[in-house]
Parts: sequence; C-alpha cells; structure tokens
Amino acid sequence: MPLAKSRAVSLLGLSATQIEVEADIGGQLPNFVLVGLPDASLSEATARVRSAVTNSGLPWPARRITVNLSPASVPKQGSAFDLSIAMAVLAASGVSANFAPIAVSIAKTFHIGELTLDGSVRPVPGILPMVKAARDLGAQHIMVPYESLAEATLIQGIETIGVQNLRQALAWHSGAGEPQQLANLAAQTVDVRVAPDRHQLDIADVRGQDFAVNALVIAAAGGHHMLMVGSPGAGKTMLAERLPTLLPDLSIEAALESAAVASIAGRSVFGREGVGLDLRPKFEAPHHSASMSAIVGGGLKTPKPGAISLAHNGVLFLDEAPEFQTPVLDALRQPLESGEIRLHRSAGTAVFPARCQVIMAANPCPCGKAFSSAGCHCTAMARVRYSQKLSGPLLDRIDIRLVIQPVSALKMRLIEDTNDTLPMTSNQARLKVEQARARARVRLKSTPWLTNSQVSTQHLRRELKLSSSVTAPIDKSLNRGRISMRGYDRCLRLAWTLADLAGHDSPTIEDLEMALALRGDDSPLGGNS
Amino acid sequence: MLGRYGEDRACDYLQGLGYSIVERNWRCRIGEIDIIARDRDRFVFVEVKTRSADGFGHPFESITETKAARLRRLVAAWCESRQVSGIKVRLDAVSVLVRAGRVNIEHLKQVL
Repeated sequence: MPLAKSRAVSLLGLSATQIEVEADIGGQLPNFVLVGLPDASLSEATARVRSAVTNSGLPWPARRITVNLSPASVPKQGSAFDLSIAMAVLAASGVSANFAPIAVSIAKTFHIGELTLDGSVRPVPGILPMVKAARDLGAQHIMVPYESLAEATLIQGIETIGVQNLRQALAWHSGAGEPQQLANLAAQTVDVRVAPDRHQLDIADVRGQDFAVNALVIAAAGGHHMLMVGSPGAGKTMLAERLPTLLPDLSIEAALESAAVASIAGRSVFGREGVGLDLRPKFEAPHHSASMSAIVGGGLKTPKPGAISLAHNGVLFLDEAPEFQTPVLDALRQPLESGEIRLHRSAGTAVFPARCQVIMAANPCPCGKAFSSAGCHCTAMARVRYSQKLSGPLLDRIDIRLVIQPVSALKMRLIEDTNDTLPMTSNQARLKVEQARARARVRLKSTPWLTNSQVSTQHLRRELKLSSSVTAPIDKSLNRGRISMRGYDRCLRLAWTLADLAGHDSPTIEDLEMALALRGDDSPLGGNS
Repeated sequence: MLGRYGEDRACDYLQGLGYSIVERNWRCRIGEIDIIARDRDRFVFVEVKTRSADGFGHPFESITETKAARLRRLVAAWCESRQVSGIKVRLDAVSVLVRAGRVNIEHLKQVL
C-alpha cells in the first residue's frame, strides 16, 4: 500500500481546517520530504517522526517518502501534526500482513499530538478547539495525547482515544493492543463535570464603600464597563478583584468558548480543583507595562489570544489604567463594541472572541492626593496630561464612572461600632445579580443578547422605547452637550439594568437619574474639565 | 569480501530477471561502476550496496547525492572509453542484506 492517508486539524484563531495527511512511498532512494506549507517547527517533524517510528521498534521504509499536508495552500505550524504524519507513513508502509483494515481505520481517524524521539505522544496547545472542530467536521474518532484526554472528553459527540505512545496508537487501530491498555484507552467518556465553586474572596471584605459596592453589583448585573477613580488605598483593586464573585456561573457553551481560548494559550481549562470544566468567569489583570499584543493578541504568523480574549465572558481589570500605553488602551475600543478581535497576519485572519467586562482603576492625579485633605502637589499641566491618557472615545464606552472616596477614621469607627447591619456577602449579591439577569433574559428572549450592555442601539430605540417623560433627565443632558449620543444610549442600557435590579417593569425617571449619576463626568480624572 | 559476495548475488539476481551482464567492476580515475548490465536495448548501470545487518541503517541510505552525481559522471566516462553513443541508459540501485545466512535483495530502478 504505497499511498495512505490520515487526518489532522489546523487552527487559525479558533477556526479550524481539516487537513488530509497523505503519505506516498515511491521507488526511489531513501528520503523524507514534507510538503504543504509547513513552518519551521513543522518541517522538523520529519526528524521527530522518523526517530519516533524506529525507536518504537517499527520498520521505517527505506524509500523516498513524500508527505503532503492538503490543502497545500493553508499555512500550517506547530508540532501537532507529528502523530498524524507518523500514522500515515506507517499505513503507507504496511507494517504487517493483512494491513488493509488498519490503513482504513487510520484514514478515517483524526490524530493530534507531538512525538518525542522515543515514540511518546506529548500534549499540544489547542486540543479543545481541535476536537470540537473534528466533531463539527463529522469525525467519529479522534486520537489525542493521553494527558489531554480529560480536556478532549469535554467535547461530546465524538469518541476520543488517548494514547501514550506510537505503539498504543497502532494497537488501537489494529484492535489488538494489550487488553488492559485498551480498557482505559478506548471510549473513555467522562461527563462534563462542573468544577466545585470555591470563592476565596468576598465582597463583604470591603468596608465603608456601600455606594461603590452597589455600583459593582449594577455593573455585574448588566455587564457594564466601569471606571473607578480614587486615592491610593481607597479600595479600588479590592473591589475589582471581587467582581467575579458577583457574577453567575457561565453556561456550558460560554464556558467552552472561554476554555477554547485558554486551551490555545496553553492554559488549563479545568476549575480550581483540577477537574471539570471551569464555569467561573475568568479574571485577567495584566500589569500596566503590557504590550499591544499581550492585550489584544498577536504573534508573527499565527496570532495567539491576548488578555482581552482570555477574559472572554469574564472580567478584564486594568489597574492604574492611565499608566498603560495610550495606543494599547485605544486598541480596546473596537473589540469592546464588536465582542471579538480580528488579527490580520500573513497566514490569514484569526478571530478570537473578546466579550469581556472591562474594569479600570485610576488615581485622580499623578500624586494620587487630589481627593484627600493632604492636598495635591501636581501642577495643572501634569493633571491635564494624566487625564488625557484615557481618551474620550474610550471613556465614552464606560457606562459607570465612579469616584471612590477614601474611608475616614470616623466612618471606620462608626461601621465597626454598629454591628447591626452586616455587610452584603458575595453570595447575597450574586443572587440579586442572577435575578436581575433573569429579568433581562426574559425581555431579550428573542434576541442574541444576554445582558443589557450588549443590546443594540436599534433595539434600544425601537422595541425598548421609553416615553419622553421618563427620559427627561438624559434628554436635558444631551441638549446641554453633557453626554454624547452614544452616552445617551449607554445611560438607557444602564437604566434598564437598574430597573431589573429594582424589579421595575421598565425604567422609571429615578432609574434614569441614577444612570446619569453613575455615568458621571465625561472627564472623571478632572484635568481639562 | 562482503562487498564482492553481495555483487555476485546481485549479478545472479539481475540474470534471473533476464538481464545480461556486460561488464563488472569497471574502474577509471573517477571511481568504479559495480555492474553494467543490459535489459533488452537498454544499458543498466547498477550501484550495489551490501550490509550484513541493518544496525547502521538500510544499505540504500548510504547512497548520498554526492555518490549519485559521481555515478552519473562515471556513465559518461564509460561511454567515452567504450566508444559508444546514442544508447539508452538507466541507473539502478541494488541492496543486498545478509542476515543469519539469508540474503535479501531489493532493487530500485531509475533512481540515480
């Protein structure tokens, strides 16, 4: 059988292409040629595959071997094709008599995995989206590295086979491996188990900032972006870190989307305990020295996801936001609107999901004392420059712009002395958030949106139109130029969230006023106001 | 010794295919042609590689591109010294693997 096939998957972003791995053994002097646009790491597969096969005690054909990765025009990269190439070559060389059924089995099966020189199969990044792609392409079987079996079985509707080495892979295809090996290899079906939810942090830890905590609950309920401006030590970071504890669990589909991005980035897709799909929203807090490609994603030929995609369905927290490079912050503008990021490179366009909730924290001025009684040392020029780091168009997309006052000693004493009002815990707050989101979901049932912040302008103006008596406060602000047209729509979305939290059927005039108050000033860092 | 034995086995094999042996171990300044045979109207120049075990790789693997290029030059040199022209030629490789008294012969046509 001089010609044989196997299958593999090539990923660009989260979109996958089925790759046919064809191996041809010709009547020429020994040589091993790999064609079909492989990159450097994939070209090295020839050396790995050959050593892996011979060191597994399997025969290596002493002929000219040509392996083609078809479609040949799709650029391919990485070491995930090793196993598939090895299986195609073995099928073409016909390692034993009566080999035809084995070759048929190999041709039907997707193979993913990197080979070591001793023939072991090593895990590669992106197993989860590859298995999903194979299932969507109609595959019945997919062979993955044994260590990735748990991740692969999160995808239902396809039989996943985990193998530790090349001999096991061949044994599975021949249906004659050692029985105890096959017992724990074939047809391992683990249910999609839910990771146990263990919150370490609690919103009750934040004392004396009831207004900020309420704003955080509102942000959580509607999925609104938020900016917190306050003196150092006022509790901005504490608040932001506790936002994920207010968010409800993700749906299985949403969790799988987030897990697929994590898988490509080479991260674990499992919950804190290491088992089961992670249903908790992700929390990404990149340092302000982060580069453009660290935030939005990047890479030379085949882009990798950035923090904005790793935080998909979760929270992206930018502490000390004005300290980020301005172009990096402004790069967030477009994905915040569209919910995805498109990265154009020579190999093609990678699309990653980027529907995250952005929380920014900033000091009021470079010295941070603008709000304190100690007084600010900054020059007017320094404050203007600092405030300009957050551009107008970016701030326009932030629904809640909150000023956080430091807690005074007197207030702290008051809180500690009056123990009658226990602070709201994260579990109580999450319950409120879940109820508000349930109301929004009922209202948005026939739409693609889940939270108020996602609702389109057209839907907001037509189906959710409010009477002019209710919108009076924001109409006035719009006429006076205090808010932009986008700001007007964002106030409406925020008002709907407030109505959902309060249990109103539609926003009242008070909800609109509150939304306007939460939206705050267009230059929250002062400066040029 | 093993090389000579392998070339004898290769000759037997080629004659078994119906080839006639024209010349063996033709040498010149550039090097040596192991076997020159004739397959009907075609001259076949054969490089024979013999191994006693395949621990050091398959015999064919020792035929490098440099050796192949030399053989092509040798064919020209042979034609010149024998004053022949306008003939059809073919370059083959034969591997002779001797293992535990058993001889395994492989033949690749038109490879060099």
